[in-house]
Amino acid sequence: MKLRLSAFWLCVTATVVAGLVLTEVLHNDYYFNALYVILQGTLMAVAWNILGGFTGYVNFGSAAFFAVGAYTSIFLDKYFGHVLPLPVLIATAAAVCALIGLGVGYLSLRLKGVYFSIATLAMAIVFATLISNWRYIGGARGAYILTPDTYLWFHSYIQMLFMVMLLLTLAAVAISRALVSSRLGRGLAAIRDDEVAAECSGVPTLRLKLVSTTVMGALMGVAGAPYPFFVTFVDPASAFSLFVAVNAIAMPMIGGTAHWIGPVVGALLVGSIQQVITVTVSSELNILLVGVMLILFITLAPQGIVGLARKYLARRGR
Amino acid sequence: MLSVDLLSNALVAGLLLGGFYAAVSIGLAISFGQLDIVNIAHPAFTVVGSYIAWILNSHFGLDPVLVGVLVCPLFFLVGMAVYRVYYAAFERTGQESLSGLAFFFGLMFILEVGLMLVYGVDYRLVSASYIGASVNLGPVGLPLRLVVPFVAALLVSGGIWLYLSRTFTGRAILAVAQDPLALQLMGADPVRVKQFAFGLAIATTSIAGSLLIVIGPVEPSIGRDYIGRVFAIVVLGGMGSISGAFAAALILGVVESLVSTFAGPSWAPAVSFGVLLLTLAVRPAGLFGRR
Repeated sequence: MKLRLSAFWLCVTATVVAGLVLTEVLHNDYYFNALYVILQGTLMAVAWNILGGFTGYVNFGSAAFFAVGAYTSIFLDKYFGHVLPLPVLIATAAAVCALIGLGVGYLSLRLKGVYFSIATLAMAIVFATLISNWRYIGGARGAYILTPDTYLWFHSYIQMLFMVMLLLTLAAVAISRALVSSRLGRGLAAIRDDEVAAECSGVPTLRLKLVSTTVMGALMGVAGAPYPFFVTFVDPASAFSLFVAVNAIAMPMIGGTAHWIGPVVGALLVGSIQQVITVTVSSELNILLVGVMLILFITLAPQGIVGLARKYLARRGR
Repeated sequence: MLSVDLLSNALVAGLLLGGFYAAVSIGLAISFGQLDIVNIAHPAFTVVGSYIAWILNSHFGLDPVLVGVLVCPLFFLVGMAVYRVYYAAFERTGQESLSGLAFFFGLMFILEVGLMLVYGVDYRLVSASYIGASVNLGPVGLPLRLVVPFVAALLVSGGIWLYLSRTFTGRAILAVAQDPLALQLMGADPVRVKQFAFGLAIATTSIAGSLLIVIGPVEPSIGRDYIGRVFAIVVLGGMGSISGAFAAALILGVVESLVSTFAGPSWAPAVSFGVLLLTLAVRPAGLFGRR
């Protein structure tokens, strides 16, 4: 166990170093754009999986958390006159979205299964309507944001954003891993398998669900916070895009929801394919592709790639 | 400034619109309310229906509502096929809650993006003699493009209600919703009954889709606005009750119309979801539910 723990942290360190090396070696900003998108997808997928995979509550409203995170940045940036550093924006977005997550957690007190999912979908639209009607942060017309012209020791702003996203994603993976392998994670799995039975065996289901929705919300807010600086123009249609929500569900489902590595595998795979197809064919096709892959995987390989790999290893071991 | 004219116009428009909402929701009242199949792709099927109406209308000049009725059998078959896949992949293995939801989510996505890829994101509209005309009853204007869908919706809902409560297969559908095992013991195959019922639910979206494009221009992602509405209506109507869904649709139509008249159209989308959240939180059995 101890060895595996250090192996994990070794991988994390190696990834950070690799990221830093990449910023020194590569000078074409396009690659960092593409990597940023993939990492953002990974972060959203890991966050979704904390509730969807570990606890078994399907959240269709991922885009709402993401968008609220993005709009928190926009609001703070505008209100304080473009002086707040990115980490402050990210931390605030995390706090705001954690609160929303907590609210969603209380929703799960009354709404189980399907009703919970529909309620999250409803919540996304309610937030979209609120933000569309809020003039200060751009309303339905959208808001422009200026990218600061300071970027530490990096060669361009996007390189720094990429590095920020890399660290955030790794942190999310570490949190998700710590959650699932702890006592808490076993409680979550018990809820997923049978909530009533878990409650009867003394698992504090409400508290665990609240932890799970809050962490999910915070991480999704974190994913959204740097987004305005990445695209420089945000409107409700792009921030609440169905694409964000579909990716957040499809990536873990394709990778495998039961294990913490599942969403990472799924997101890296789907995200990379999307980038390749966007460049070589068209961006509409890659949206279609996610839908098709999602349906194929959940009908033919419900355990995802991780499940397939496990089956393969088990067969070879015999 | 609350003028009687404005109020009565908003009320009438809301009722007519609500009737149309009922046409979109009736199918879901069967699939979600009776069969427990969370078909979030229901509005997406409706939009596909609109596009078929648009294609046949613009090429052959067929009346859109007629097209909707003619295409019903095709949608029925598609619905049965979708149920087969759903049953084989999820319901039989007991995984319908998580994977089934994601399945329909993916299906909705594919339908929407498919339409976008083929026909683009432009708004499409149909032409028929009654679109644009209106009848005046005193100060209240009745635009025929709302009256026709209202009447059609009334016929469809009435037909479905009669079918479910009077015919043998209709009652079998109600029975499978209550107790599949008992149905099985009576010698009927619950899977076939559900397959038939789901086909019926999807068939109604063909008519609903043709009505949708009569009411106004349609683009591929318009279905998303209806997800909240249809689920709000089905839940508010008491899950699977056809008359309840119809009443709930009228209520939602009126509330939405009042909100968009007096607060502005940009607030209208939140109405249905607000109603849905409130219903789920306060009275999950719906207004007309038995539980």
